[in-house]
Amino acid sequence: MKDIEMLLSEVKSVFDKVKDINELNELKVLYMGKKGKITEINSHIKDVSNDMKKEFGMKVNEVKKLFNEKYESKKKEFEDYLLNKQLEEERIDISLPATRVSIGAPNILEKVIEEIEEVFLSMGYDVVDGPEIEEDKYNFEMLNIPKGHPARDAQDTFYIEGDEILLRSQTSPVQVRSMLKGEGKTPIRMICPGKTYRRDDDDASHSHQFMQIEGLLVEKDISLSDLKGTLDVIFKRLFGEDVEVRFRPSYYQFTEPSVEVDITCVNCHGKGCAVCKRTGWVTVAGAGIVHPNVLRMSGYDPSVWSGFAFGFGAERLAMMKYDIDDIRTFYNTDLRELRVFDREDEE
Amino acid sequence: MISLNWVKDYIDIDDQNVYDLADKITRAGINVESVITHHIDGLVIGKIISLEDHPDSDHLHVCIVDIGVEKLQIVCGAPNVRVGLKVIVAKVGAVLPSDFEIKKSKIRGVESYGMLCALFELGIEEKNDENYSKGICELGEDATIGDDPLVYLGLDDTLYDLDIHKHRNNDCYYHIGFAYEIACILNRKVKLPSLDFKTFNDKISDNFKLKVESKKCSYYVAREVRDVKIGESPDFIKKRLIAAGMRPINNVVDISNYVMLEFGQPLHFFDKDKLGDTILVRDAKDGEKIVTLDDKERVLSSDDIVITDGSKVICIAGVMGGKNTEVDDYTKNILIESAIFDPVSIRNTSRKLELPSEASIRYGKGLNYEYTDMASRRACHLLEKYAGATILDSFVLYDNEDHSDKKISFKANDVNKILGINISIDDMKKELERLDFPFTLKSDIFNVVIPKRRVDIECNVNDIAEEIGRLYGYNNLVSSLPNVKVKRGEYIGDVKYRKIVSRRLRSLGLNEVKTYTLVSPNMANMFRYDDCKQVKLPNPMSIDKSIVRTTLIPSLLNVYDYNVSRGVKDINIYEISKTYDSSYNEVSKICGLMSGSYADSPWKRDFEVDFYVVKGIVEELLDYMGYNGRYSFVRSNCNDLHPGIQGNIVLDGKNIGIIGKIHPSIIKKDVFIFEINLNSLIGKTSKLKYKSAFKYPSITKDMAYIVDKNILVGDIISTIKKAGDKTLQDVVVFDVYEGDKINNDKKSVAFSLVFNGIDHTLKDEDVMVIFNNIIKEVKNKYKAVLRDN
Repeated sequence: MKDIEMLLSEVKSVFDKVKDINELNELKVLYMGKKGKITEINSHIKDVSNDMKKEFGMKVNEVKKLFNEKYESKKKEFEDYLLNKQLEEERIDISLPATRVSIGAPNILEKVIEEIEEVFLSMGYDVVDGPEIEEDKYNFEMLNIPKGHPARDAQDTFYIEGDEILLRSQTSPVQVRSMLKGEGKTPIRMICPGKTYRRDDDDASHSHQFMQIEGLLVEKDISLSDLKGTLDVIFKRLFGEDVEVRFRPSYYQFTEPSVEVDITCVNCHGKGCAVCKRTGWVTVAGAGIVHPNVLRMSGYDPSVWSGFAFGFGAERLAMMKYDIDDIRTFYNTDLRELRVFDREDEE
Repeated sequence: MISLNWVKDYIDIDDQNVYDLADKITRAGINVESVITHHIDGLVIGKIISLEDHPDSDHLHVCIVDIGVEKLQIVCGAPNVRVGLKVIVAKVGAVLPSDFEIKKSKIRGVESYGMLCALFELGIEEKNDENYSKGICELGEDATIGDDPLVYLGLDDTLYDLDIHKHRNNDCYYHIGFAYEIACILNRKVKLPSLDFKTFNDKISDNFKLKVESKKCSYYVAREVRDVKIGESPDFIKKRLIAAGMRPINNVVDISNYVMLEFGQPLHFFDKDKLGDTILVRDAKDGEKIVTLDDKERVLSSDDIVITDGSKVICIAGVMGGKNTEVDDYTKNILIESAIFDPVSIRNTSRKLELPSEASIRYGKGLNYEYTDMASRRACHLLEKYAGATILDSFVLYDNEDHSDKKISFKANDVNKILGINISIDDMKKELERLDFPFTLKSDIFNVVIPKRRVDIECNVNDIAEEIGRLYGYNNLVSSLPNVKVKRGEYIGDVKYRKIVSRRLRSLGLNEVKTYTLVSPNMANMFRYDDCKQVKLPNPMSIDKSIVRTTLIPSLLNVYDYNVSRGVKDINIYEISKTYDSSYNEVSKICGLMSGSYADSPWKRDFEVDFYVVKGIVEELLDYMGYNGRYSFVRSNCNDLHPGIQGNIVLDGKNIGIIGKIHPSIIKKDVFIFEINLNSLIGKTSKLKYKSAFKYPSITKDMAYIVDKNILVGDIISTIKKAGDKTLQDVVVFDVYEGDKINNDKKSVAFSLVFNGIDHTLKDEDVMVIFNNIIKEVKNKYKAVLRDN
């Protein structure tokens, strides 16, 4: 029994000198191994008298328990130390620049176009497409602009083959194509954003290639007020709820009545500035009620059907929306400028 | 340019503020771009009645100026001030151009009550050193003290600069037409100018013959005047012509221009004595020549219309007169031509001869025959009055114009439906009266006769709606939405696929760019991998933009160069655009260009783009479109790509595009591109369907071979797949080695083969049978040496 008491006090202090995990493991062998001190003392139980056996057993267990507790606690101490040391070594400079796999940005024009498309899709307009190499018939004649008509002068056109094949000077031929497809029977609601071409020298405000967004609605009993309401929705969505839409009379061959569409100058909110020539308004679109001749030529009976059509210049809208002063920005992409557009706009 | 002083001859607008009026006109549809006015409140004519040197200055003078109602003390520094000079005085309160307001002031201690002005200070002359040194404006002795100096100078007119491009037609392009426009806006009446003249008993028609052979001349009236006295025009004509932007020449020429600006009808005056007794209008002959008024010889074709005297050409109809019958300083007798020619023909001729004139522009827009006749009479009136002419009785006339009225029948409600408004029948009557459109009303049906001056109006109710609408005011429209079926729109056809591809490429980190369709021959000659013929513009603006591109790669290389030159290193871009070949076949192409780092990691640079990154982008795209397992990459030979780093993209056995590294002779840096025909991706995929993942554990077997360097790993993979059975689920290449440890014409490739039972757990011995078979196949086919580990 004396031996056990001695062993107990030994176990109490023996851990104090242990320096690392190896010494700790050696200690475990020394005490708990097959020939360890505790194991050995335990084997003496057979030599103990019966009445002492119980007490002896309890003492041995006490020693074992103490050893294990001490061992575990010491082990944890060393492990914690090592872990902490490792963690300390793994410390990084979180201020170093991130590694970013970025989502690509849309072209600025395309961003505006997609925004417009979304509004029109929600109002039931399909987004359609048409050829950029077009026939004179669709680009002009069926839009009530016969050969030799002065309205052609304003659209200095790239002709490809005689006076029959051309690079489309407007997206309006897609109106004609949509109506021909509708065969005079189907109501039409479509927009067509697309490339158009005119013989303009490129500078800050002109481009020989530009994007138009054409729109056409053919139904029954469609009025100019419906057109105004529709454009109200789109321009408020694009430029904010405080934007007003104004119509001014205008003249286009394929609409009658025709209007120029002005909105409150986005730059000065209608107060008047250099951008809007102090008028408080800027022109953003041409529009009107589809001319009866155009309906008729494309197979829709004007006594039954009516509709409206409109055309926006995508570049102009994008330039206004994002305060861009050079139209060439869209076609000479500087990725540093473009990357800025890879985010949500303010609501 | 419209002169308001001139318009006042035909309509009373004295009560109108010129700016408000411009605004009303603009809102009704004729865009008044700018109002040019020389009227300034607070300007009077004054006379310097005494002059003293300023006590505290070596160049200022203290003047006492009589302006009639009072005498003002004004300090002035101009060198030319002197007693007795009549001057322009800007009184206190006058606002000069650039918002310069005259105030009572003290100039070096002396009070000054106004300013003596130079013309440049009134915005009339240019402000330059020369005008500055001339000093203040000196008025003539006849100037009346207290009057408006600008009226005295004849500069008090207001001009409206109109945006003529947007005009519905030419009816507002001349002063009477413009007066009619103001008349309907203000609801007033127009008074036409006098056309009266005395006539001689001689009748022109007795000895003059007119013959019109050309189908392109629908109306021709000729009158003859005698004994004109060529001289200067009266002041009002000169001022008005200048205001309208025309140079006064002499009374006769000026009158023809004046009448054109009044009625919109161009006139031509021939020197009658240089002409016989015949006018023959015919189509020109090919190669026919004429020397025009500008001394140039013009060669004509059968598309042009000419006026002849029966033998020689004396005028290119509607475009320019001939030298041979020009009115000169000695001209006595004049033949006045007033006619209508086919607008398209005139426009073509003037464009072809590069002779756009005031006359040809007007002919080109179409004319009203009523005014054609009136204009010739007005010219007679003015020539009699201002050139002392006597006029022969009668006229010669060819008239093939349709005189029938243009009539429109409609109900008030038809107009309301187009505009979305609600005008009553009574209001409709008032609007038509305002427009000066004669009409009758039977029950609720209006029958309107369109006046001849409105050549722009056709015979449909939309025309009426347009007229009513613009007077009613579009700002009075109440917004509504079309009463149509509720549905959501869709992307149709190509557009839909463009959107899908765009969305995927953006999410793969590529930025969208837009470039030009028209390219230079240099660009057009590059990357001709699909060898189609190109569309060349017959009349390009410049050689740089002369060919319709068939590939987008050169355009993206331009974007690459542009960005590199601006210091951008990592360039990952794409564009989707239509291309056309010479038969106008349309192919939408998806083009990507990648260079630099794929991820933005400036200090690690672990993510450099190589061929396999770009290949991965293409595969991601094709998988997303639903073509997993249906495509492959096959060596290609495009000259402008690196010969060893390029391939065709093959889908279902068909070439759909190309991928590769730009040839180092074009760009030294590593730049990779791909281009895919979007059309070949449309509508070929299958329906999306759920497929459960394997439920049983898989067995993986690795193997490594040493093979000849030029054997394609892709081929080995095909062989492995072929040799394996359906339990072989995946073949992964996990190591490729070339280097010191093996022969330099060899490479080592290591594969992991993943086996999986569809409905049971595989046993190792079953897998080994297949695995060994695969090993044998590969060994045999590629003379491959199996590595031990």
